[in-house]
Amino acid sequence: MAESETKYQQPNEKGHFGVYGGLFVAETLMGPLAELRIAYEKYMQDKDFLAELDWELQNYVGRPSPLYFAERWSKELGGAKIYLKREDLNHTGAHKINNTVGQALLAKRMGKTRIIAETGAGQHGVATATVAARLGLECVVYMGAVDIQRQAANVYRMKLLGAKVVPVTAGSATLKDALNEAMRDWVTNIDDTFYIIGTVAGPHPYPAMVRDFQTVIGREAREQILQHEGRLPDALIACVGGGSNAIGLFHPFLDDKDIAIYGVEAAGEGIETGKHAAPLCAGKPGILHGNRTYLVEDENGQIIETHSISAGLDYPGVGPEHAWLKDIGRAKYVAINDDEALQAFHDLTRIEGIIPALESSHALAYATKLAPTMDKEQIIIVNLSGRGDKDIHTVADIEGITL
Amino acid sequence: MTGKVSRRGVSRISARFELRAKEGRKLLIPYFTAGDPKPENAVPMMHAMVKAGADLIELGVPFSDPMAEGPVIQKAMERALAFNVSLHDVMAMVAEFRQKDSETPVILMGYLNPVEVMGYTEFAKAASKAGVDGLLTVDIPPEEATDYVAAMKAEGIDRIFLISPTTSEQRIKLINDASAGFLYYVSLKGVTGAGHLDVKAVQDRVSMIRTLTELPVGVGFGIKDADSAASIASAADAVVVGSAIVKRIEENLDSADNGIKAVCELLSEMRAALDAS
Ligand SMILES: Cc1ncc(COP(=O)(O)O)c(C=O)c1O
Repeated sequence: MAESETKYQQPNEKGHFGVYGGLFVAETLMGPLAELRIAYEKYMQDKDFLAELDWELQNYVGRPSPLYFAERWSKELGGAKIYLKREDLNHTGAHKINNTVGQALLAKRMGKTRIIAETGAGQHGVATATVAARLGLECVVYMGAVDIQRQAANVYRMKLLGAKVVPVTAGSATLKDALNEAMRDWVTNIDDTFYIIGTVAGPHPYPAMVRDFQTVIGREAREQILQHEGRLPDALIACVGGGSNAIGLFHPFLDDKDIAIYGVEAAGEGIETGKHAAPLCAGKPGILHGNRTYLVEDENGQIIETHSISAGLDYPGVGPEHAWLKDIGRAKYVAINDDEALQAFHDLTRIEGIIPALESSHALAYATKLAPTMDKEQIIIVNLSGRGDKDIHTVADIEGITL
Repeated sequence: MTGKVSRRGVSRISARFELRAKEGRKLLIPYFTAGDPKPENAVPMMHAMVKAGADLIELGVPFSDPMAEGPVIQKAMERALAFNVSLHDVMAMVAEFRQKDSETPVILMGYLNPVEVMGYTEFAKAASKAGVDGLLTVDIPPEEATDYVAAMKAEGIDRIFLISPTTSEQRIKLINDASAGFLYYVSLKGVTGAGHLDVKAVQDRVSMIRTLTELPVGVGFGIKDADSAASIASAADAVVVGSAIVKRIEENLDSADNGIKAVCELLSEMRAALDAS
């Protein structure tokens, strides 16, 4: 096949990854999205912009993040060597800030004075409020009322940072509804407002743009593993909510066909119960939030409420590039349920002294299944997308402990 | 059965616009969400609207994630979804309406995913059979609509696309090429039910759009009462009224009959204002 010989280059100029992606929005947003696409294409070639971005990533975010060999945990699992890409050590505690720094710098170049964002777990909201404070921009964050309840600490952090947090009570009052509400704000205030989407979803150019800001993860990991081991890894693992930390790690390795790639979705209470957030493993293609992708939906095309212990994975869609990578077989998508993620959360905390985010714990849980099937010379890189400080109340609750 | 079926080859929508143009009258297009407040109210509401002066009915297809709607229509969709009203159900309502009214055009308005999941061709066939005349899905721009347009065209379903205050001239031409029936100008930057209508700006934009199209132009979003309907109608061929109607349904949730009455009062006032000006 010609495809396997050519270098990976997606999406096409219309924002399509195969049949996925594209631009499915109300007419009012077509002009602003074209303006954004032109600015993004221009500045991603602009030396000054890229230098400013690099400077921020180094001095403000704290990059490069370490690639850490989890030796004790690898031994305990008795198989492949597991390296962790430490996105948890970034400023604000997750990979989300790689993207918000990039988009906020773009917003500034475009002369926008007001930033809006949606958030689920609150990590993207915090990362957005943080850069808005840093750049002196007004910031409004939409958050589902249900998520506000379960992520109170992050809500307070956003407020401390000067952002206005607007509760969304429509629909299921979670991340997807927050995204709807942010779109409604954008359509109303397009002249001065920049919408910072937190994952590789949304209409073109967001899936490509957010990916490009997140690929710093994979570029660093590639260099670092060569330094540590003198060779590339055998497998990559990352959790997939919308899919930004995953594509950020995967993308620089897509042309290395020998490397196995695993995206881990949230199986919630179990795929078979219907209470999950695993569109790639258990959904069907459809149109939501501006793109064509796999969705958790019913037979009439209504979006179904999703379930996951981790608010950051609790989303019924997934970035269109993952839909494409699934269909062409370049990446494999699997699901991990709440209990398995919780076990991995505890294991890493006890064995390595690293408290992982519940989102990242899904990727870790899959590593505990994969590593023992591989031999001791083989290497896995797991994206540790965030730290678990934000989740200690959730975990304590489940264990019947009041803090 | 009353009325006559329009000439073969001319859609009911085009026929109605032609008729009103000849009479020098403007079209009144009410919107409501199918299934709000209850599925069994939809057909009586449609007939009552026609009696009160509606020329064309825009029937909303409930969707779980209505990104372009303000709070009033969002809640209407939630009420309808509580009864699991599906695209199939909405087409069944139109088929029932058609048993007594073969003249009034009906367009379905909603979001792409329910149509996408059903399949464009399967939808077009079922819609045509049910007596649906047109389809407006808010989230499909013409750039993505090649297969969609072909499927609807094959079954004689008119494609209504939106034009907004931010649409460039070049895109208006693109939209015009994909459209049939009429063009729908969104009068403001924002969601349905927003309040900042600028009549002069709408008039200017509609005059500009007219230089680029042969199709009639309807205007919607932000029309609340007889006065705003009449002033917008001075520039357009049709006015579309949505949230103001749904608001009246919402105010009468305890009695569907009162809801229908309140909606019809509003429509009668609008009809009178349109015909007087
Ligand atoms: C730590 C962490 N990991 C992963 C995710 C999931 O998002 P994505 O799939 O875009 O990386 C989130 C989202 O909030 C997060 O906070």
